[in-house]
Amino acid sequence: MKKMLVMLMVVFLVMGFAFAEAQQETMSEQTIEKVIKTNVMASGDLEIFSWWAGDEGPALEALITQFKGNYPKVNLINATVTGGSGVNAKAVLKTRMLGGDPPEAFQVHAGQELIGTWVNSDRMLDLTPLFEAENWFEVFPEDLINLIGTDEGIWSVPVCVHKSNVMWYIPANLKKWGVTVPTTWDEFFAVATKLQAKGIVPLSMGALWTANENWENIALAVLGVDDYNALWSGDLAWTDAKVEKVWMTFGKMLDLTNKDASSMSWQQATDMVISGKAAFNFMGDWAAGYMMTTLKMVPEKDFGWANTPGTTGAFQFLADSFGIPKGCKNPTAAVAWVSACGSKAGQDAFNPLKGSIPARTDANMSLYSVYSKSAAMDFANDSIVGSLAHGCVANEGFMNDFNSVMDGFMKNRDAKAACLACAEIAETNGMTK
Amino acid sequence: MNISKGKKKNKEKLYSLLILLPSILLVGIFVYGFVGNTIWTSLTDWGEGAGLALNPIKNFVGLKNYKTLFFSFTQSGFRQDLVNTIFYTLLLLFGTLFLGLFLAIMLDRKVKKEGIYRTIFLYPMALSFIVSGTIWRWLLAPSGGVNQIPTWFGGKQNQFLWISSQKQILQFNWQNIWQVLGVIGLIFCVIVLLINIKREDKRKIIIWSCVSGIFALFAFVICPLIPPVLKSEEKHGLNLAIIGIIIAGVWQYSGYAMALYLAGLRGLSGSIKESAKLDGANEAVYYFKIAIPNLKPITLSAVVIMAHISLKMFDLIYAMAGADNGFTGHPSVRMYLTTFRANKFALGAAMAVILFFLAACFIIPYMVNSHRSRRPMR
Repeated sequence: MKKMLVMLMVVFLVMGFAFAEAQQETMSEQTIEKVIKTNVMASGDLEIFSWWAGDEGPALEALITQFKGNYPKVNLINATVTGGSGVNAKAVLKTRMLGGDPPEAFQVHAGQELIGTWVNSDRMLDLTPLFEAENWFEVFPEDLINLIGTDEGIWSVPVCVHKSNVMWYIPANLKKWGVTVPTTWDEFFAVATKLQAKGIVPLSMGALWTANENWENIALAVLGVDDYNALWSGDLAWTDAKVEKVWMTFGKMLDLTNKDASSMSWQQATDMVISGKAAFNFMGDWAAGYMMTTLKMVPEKDFGWANTPGTTGAFQFLADSFGIPKGCKNPTAAVAWVSACGSKAGQDAFNPLKGSIPARTDANMSLYSVYSKSAAMDFANDSIVGSLAHGCVANEGFMNDFNSVMDGFMKNRDAKAACLACAEIAETNGMTK
Repeated sequence: MNISKGKKKNKEKLYSLLILLPSILLVGIFVYGFVGNTIWTSLTDWGEGAGLALNPIKNFVGLKNYKTLFFSFTQSGFRQDLVNTIFYTLLLLFGTLFLGLFLAIMLDRKVKKEGIYRTIFLYPMALSFIVSGTIWRWLLAPSGGVNQIPTWFGGKQNQFLWISSQKQILQFNWQNIWQVLGVIGLIFCVIVLLINIKREDKRKIIIWSCVSGIFALFAFVICPLIPPVLKSEEKHGLNLAIIGIIIAGVWQYSGYAMALYLAGLRGLSGSIKESAKLDGANEAVYYFKIAIPNLKPITLSAVVIMAHISLKMFDLIYAMAGADNGFTGHPSVRMYLTTFRANKFALGAAMAVILFFLAACFIIPYMVNSHRSRRPMR
């Protein structure tokens, strides 16, 4: 009996090896073109997958309400998984896709998170016909379309745009301490010495991913727009002396931050500025949404903003978009949903509530806050570069490994070692030329 | 007569097999089948390239993923996580067992309203790790509850960062990992040797002195000769940030250890205690010389239960420190991130297999032991 049990166990173990080899059958190919040509009214179940819950929930609700008005026959299932920047949602989505249970449409960051993860795996439907039918090539900026498209097609519809190189402060506090807003890193370090003498933390920071965001701000400042882009295209080596200078500046910056950063959320880091414990905070402009909507603060009066030091004239951006996966069970409804996401009315319903700016260039800006208006101006005029921390410029493998490099750097502050490590992870994740 | 007995026995065997069959099938497929699948995945390169494709390309690469985990420059975080696991296990074990035993002895002394205390101490175990983790994260925040305690007495606020401290003690260099393992083995052998010298067991003294000699030879003669496993120095050690997590874990599970020990203490017959008293033993002597040695089987099962809980700390760490806090890292958290955030499925599977074998290290000896001790009773 016992021997039999052991034998059975072995048999099952071996079976595990065997069914690893079994192949999933490929689904029949649907195309967006067919859907657009047949032109039936959308109906049936439509499951949309996103991480817009909590503070961002009302914005999504507004978009859904509008969609339901236009398509009353569609039964919309709003599948959200909470967690900022999609930390939990992305994992859930991956297990669903691997398990053969894709939603009709899902949220994804424009850039490498879309291209590197899903398009390279041949999981998305080409939306080029929809872009042509809706005349979207005219209304979305070209820089943005490059991030959601490849030579083979366009893979998602951008909904909102965020800026990540923003420095937040409280004007009244700066006046009280007798400092002005620094525009370069030399100025920033000079101001920081002054603030430290008064016992104020010059720069507040949160958990590890916010350190990545500060790093990308500094990389943009030290390298400039061209070299920053060259770094991601593989034209500038990670071992270059300029990149080492990025890490050295970043190390100096770390000395100016709060000691308890790793246990704090980004909201808590922003709170430190508001309560006057810290002078500045670098954070994407969802911080504006947090201060205006949750804390009811008035832009320009209660809080001020500027580009992070050394990045004047540059807009470090990330964008949320919706794509339709292959194997989607109700393509008609899915197409209806993404067209609502890309429509002018849809974007104007969604973005003012979320605190982001619309991806379309023809939106009705009178609906937006003072901050969003200024950000939209910058988006139209500045050079646009992608963000690292939010999946724009590097694939997910690199991003994950970059976290370990960052973690190591925080321990040993060795700029040279960090450069070498980055060169190695860029190589293993296929980011070199 | 004999034949019919044999038939009856066969029939019984058949029935028992039939009853067991559904669970054998389910466990076989959903446990052993998937364990086998994970082991297979860990030997492939799934995740290099388009990992999420409908039919991802998986090439057999042998032990490459394991080599990456232990000896590559980029995976130093995983190695620190392994070191963390050892300390998580040891500290959680000692914390819960000592506190649990202490509480059990206290309650064993016929306290009034004992049931209430028992419920209070056992209650934390009913909470999920996520709930207790969230509460403790607030309590242990840099300017949170625990650090404020000194101010109640007019002192200065405590500055220790319970879950985000960057300090590390007991550091060693991973380049010398073989030597470190050798020295740990040597220390263990010498302790066993000393115990046997005290017991004057001649045969065992000879065996264990030979084993100690081998370890000493390995650690101090052979190891310096083999080249270092890494190109550059890499320090690992006990991160002080894990203390916060341990406190929460001990708080949650010492009640459970208490329940185990209390059952054990109640199981000792009253006559032992009385005869000990008649022989002039006081309470301390009774507990240390008589009760605790008699609780050995309970300690053994408690060790196994706590050790495997320490391998499942994912939720507690996730709730208290977040996924990216490298100072409190654990292989299970890293496995999740590697698999589902970085899409490196094969590397993640290799981490899972290592965790699986770590768990097996604790559980198999226990199962063998309990199987052996059960046999004579039959």
